[in-house]
Parts: sequence; C-alpha cells; structure tokens
Amino acid sequence: MSDKTVITAKDLSKRFGDFTAVNTISFDVRQGEIFGFLGANGAGKTTAIKMLCGLSKPTSGEASIAGFDIYKQTEEIKKHIGYMSQHFSLYQDLTIRENIRFYAGIYGLKARQIKERSIELISDLGLDDYTDRFVKELPLGWKQKLAFSIAVIHNPSIVFLDEPTSGVDPITRRQFWGLIYEAAAKGITIFVTTHYLEEAEYCDRVSIMVDGLMHDLDSPKALMEKYNKPTMNDVFLQIAIRNSRKEK
Amino acid sequence: MRVLFYILQKEFLQIFRNKAMLPIIFVLPIVQMVILTFAADFELDHITYTYVDSDLSATSKRLLAKFEDSPYFQLSRTSDDFKDGMEALDQNEATLMLRIPQGFSHDLQKEKKAMIMLDVNSIDGQAATLSFSYATGIISMYNKEIIMEWNGLAREVSLPVETRVRYWFNEEMEYKNLMVPGILALLITMVGMFLSAMNIVREKEIGTIEQINVTPISKTHFLIGKMFPFWIIALFELGFGLTIGRLIFEIPLNGSIPLLFAYSAIYMLVVLGIGLWISSFTDTQQQAMFMAWFFIVIFILMSGLFTPIENMPQWAQALTYINPVAYYIKVVRAILLKGSNFYDLQFDFLVITIFAAVMMGLALLSYRKRG
Repeated sequence: MSDKTVITAKDLSKRFGDFTAVNTISFDVRQGEIFGFLGANGAGKTTAIKMLCGLSKPTSGEASIAGFDIYKQTEEIKKHIGYMSQHFSLYQDLTIRENIRFYAGIYGLKARQIKERSIELISDLGLDDYTDRFVKELPLGWKQKLAFSIAVIHNPSIVFLDEPTSGVDPITRRQFWGLIYEAAAKGITIFVTTHYLEEAEYCDRVSIMVDGLMHDLDSPKALMEKYNKPTMNDVFLQIAIRNSRKEK
Repeated sequence: MRVLFYILQKEFLQIFRNKAMLPIIFVLPIVQMVILTFAADFELDHITYTYVDSDLSATSKRLLAKFEDSPYFQLSRTSDDFKDGMEALDQNEATLMLRIPQGFSHDLQKEKKAMIMLDVNSIDGQAATLSFSYATGIISMYNKEIIMEWNGLAREVSLPVETRVRYWFNEEMEYKNLMVPGILALLITMVGMFLSAMNIVREKEIGTIEQINVTPISKTHFLIGKMFPFWIIALFELGFGLTIGRLIFEIPLNGSIPLLFAYSAIYMLVVLGIGLWISSFTDTQQQAMFMAWFFIVIFILMSGLFTPIENMPQWAQALTYINPVAYYIKVVRAILLKGSNFYDLQFDFLVITIFAAVMMGLALLSYRKRG
C-alpha cells in the first residue's frame, strides 16, 4: 500500500427531493488499499458508489477519483475504474468467452491482449472446460467470480464492488476474497460495500454508514478497540442502533 | 472503431440468439402482407340491397331488373314498405334500399320527371359512398335508355359532355398494387421501431446498462451499436417483402430499386431514432411497447394508407406533413408504381434527411450515461 491517495471525497451529498440518501461524507482512500464501506440496506452505500463511478451526479460536495474530478471528468474516471454492481451485470445470453471479449473490447484492449487476458482469466478461475457455456448456466458463485475478474480485466487503478458477495455461500465468498487480495496485491485499490460484517475484518479500513451519514472510519482492529467489542458485528450494531433514524 | 466492432459483434450475437427473432424477421412479413393485402380490398362486388316497389309497373320492374343484372348488386330480399326495408338495413341484411314510390311510371310519362329514393347504410362511410356511386351509375344508364325511347332513337345517344377516365399508374385499379407497397412500408417501420425501442430498455431491465454506463464507451458508439443491426434487418426485410410482393402479388417494379433502398436507408434512421428516443424515457419493455404503439398507430392511421389524406380535415392534413410514414408510403408507391426518379423525389429526400438528422440528434441527446 502506498501513500498516494486515489479517492478523495469531501462533504459529498446526494438528495432525492426531501430525502438525503448520502449526507456530507468525507474520506480518502490510498492506492492499493482495501476500503470497506459498511452499512445496512438503505444506508446510502449504493448511492455513494454510483456517484464515485460517475453514474449519478452529486447534489453537493467534491470528490476526485484517480485524480479526476467527479463532476467534469466522468469519462476519464471511467477509463481508470472497474465496477461490479449488486445486480448481476454480465450478459446471460452470451458465453463466458463472449462476455470477456465484449467487456475487454469496449475497454479498448487490443485483440491480442484480449486473447491473452481471456486465457489467463479463464485458467485462474478454473473455467477452462466451460468457456463456451452460457453465463446463465453457471452457479451464482461462479458468475460473481467471473464478474469480478471481468471488472478488473483492463487493469483499472480502482475497482468498486457493490455488495459483490450477497447471496453467495461462505466457501465461494472466501474464494472471492482471495481474488480481491490478488487484485490488491497488483496495486488495484478496492472499494467494497458489504453488509456481511465478518467481511469487514478482511478490509484494511472500514467506514460505517448509517442513514446517509458516515459515523466512523478506521481499521477494524482500531474500531473494535475503540468500541470495546470483540467483533465488527458488535461494533456495527452499536453504531447502527444508536444512530438510526427514528422508527415511525 | 475497434470498440464499435466489439459492440456490434455482441449485438448481432444476442439478436440472432433470441429465438423469437427469426420468426419476426421471416414469418411476420409474409403473414402481414398476405392477410392484409387480401383483406384490405376496397372493391365491393356483392352490395346487398332491398327494394320497396310501391308502383308495381312495367317501368319500375325495368329499373329493378337493371339492378338484378348488375354484378355489383345482390338482392337480399324484397320489402313490403319503408319500415320493412329499414328493418333489412337495421339487421345488416342489406346495405342499400331502393324505394320506388307509387305513381312513378305515371309521373315519368305525364310529367317527364319522377322520383326514387335510395337509403344507404353509412356505418361504413367508404362502403356507403361506393354503393351509392354504383347505384347512381345504374340509374343513369336507365335514364339514358328512357331518353332514347322518348326521342325515338334506335341508336345510342351520347350526352353532350362525356367523361372518360383513365386511371394512371395503376390502370386496373388494382388495390393490391397500392396495398403491398404500403404494407411493406408499415412492416419495416414496425419492426424497426419496436426492436430498437425494446433493445436498450431490455438492458435497463436486466441491469447491464449500468455496467455499460460505467465503461468509457462513447454514446455515439453505443447508439450505433444499438441501431446498425436493426437498420440492416429492416433493409433486409424490405428486400424480402419486395420479393414476396413480386412473387405472390406480381406488384410492378417500375422504378429504381437502389433508389428505393437509398430512401429506405435514410427513412430507417428516423424510425430507429424514434425507437431509441422512446427507450431513453422508458424503464421497462412494457412502457416502451406502449409508447411505440402510440406512435405507430398515429403514424399509420394518418399515413394515407387506409384513408386518403385528401379526405382529412385541414388540421389533420397539416399533421401528416410531420408524419414520416406518410412520406415513406408516398415515396415507395411513387418509385414502384410511377417509376419516379431521384429528380422527382428530391423534396422527399430532403425532408426525410432533415427528419433523420433531428431524430438522431434527439436520440443522442436524450441518452444519458449519468442519471
């Protein structure tokens, strides 16, 4: 992990009418870091990630991604990031090989690079016998691993993962994190949202969001010490219950 | 350009992998052309009628015999009086009622002038107009005969002014020659608009659009990737439809086929542009379908295919000037039936090119990678 900052956000907010989905969040992420973005459903994680990826325009605040401004340089940002959304985003009616070729192609990789990376990716995932299978025929865990590998096929400097492991069994989740560590080791910054609290402990630093506000940000170890709790799960529950909006 | 290649490759793969696609491309045109062309025959040859003969004279019988001899009319039943005849119209047993009043033959002989009544069921205005004009044709023949007899002429007289009509460009008044080009035009419009409107919306529904929007893909590349396959399919469809029209209906191909394709190629940009524009403000395939229907129905009904534009009120006629389908049907007919060349159609080329530029611009502007 270097000291170079690749994501900075300052007072970033997004409002939909009266509803404030993301409320003045500020943070920095360093290159090669695995940055966890924790929060319950509806906490504003997805909205925040969409703003950072240039899919959604912030209402106010500032942010820069890989040195590019989030308002004016979204297309530049897109060249330097990868993204995997919580909705499965590969084409179900294309084969594994065709999906890889398409995404690599639209990121501007050359034919030879596409071929090399495809072979590498497929053998890393152990999918050699399935390259001509339609993606819809694969089990969910395989799909998620494939989606991640495709999201980093163009060697982005940052990859945004929005609940990449939801619905996946614990073993596959473990393997998925193996892929994340490999990518981080290559210098790719990982920005990951999750609501599996044990995954939070795999991150270098985690931020905890409740109802659009970022309540704390530190390494899992530091947070557990600060709140004097044995697990991230307990830390999260304490922060979330104390700060959540009043139930109506 | 390399990026465009990968986009097109993916689009073509998906389109032809879709099992509904081949029937849409091949079966739809055949079924539509064959059914609609035979169904949309505006000629009437068995107009049902009834009569009330209150005169019961040789003169009235002679007029009635004329109707009976006509191949266009078919007597459904005789009626006793007006009320009985109206019942026949009411029950749809007859389209037309001929009433010969008492004293018809007397008036004709003494006063040289007599009256008969025609009652026409006008629920279908077009059929009513036609039945009426056929009936007056028969009556005027009858008039002519009477005038001849009064003047003691053995030879046929001719009225001072005689009209001779020749139906140019479609000499035998073949409705299929008008309908086939029109239906062909509708067909490629429908295929183009529906397929393009649904395509992007489908990616919205399954969520892949978000993945595309987060790549550095340019809007232009993306939209070309979405349009080009359907552009090709529509033009192929046109060729396929023309072939069927030629083989089954023997429609004339008087003009230049390359010219027709050139015009169609520009016209398709308008249609696909509308489709893409629809997909920009709809979120589900269902919404897109309804919006596409909304446009298609207005375009078709105001295209002049089923009702002549000249019969529409002024404001509606003005609207047809912005209806691309009206231009297209007109041009397809002009090229195929009249053999019009580029010089004749330069205005239409200009108009459709402007339409295409506007729709392409609108499609490009309304597609946003960022919400």
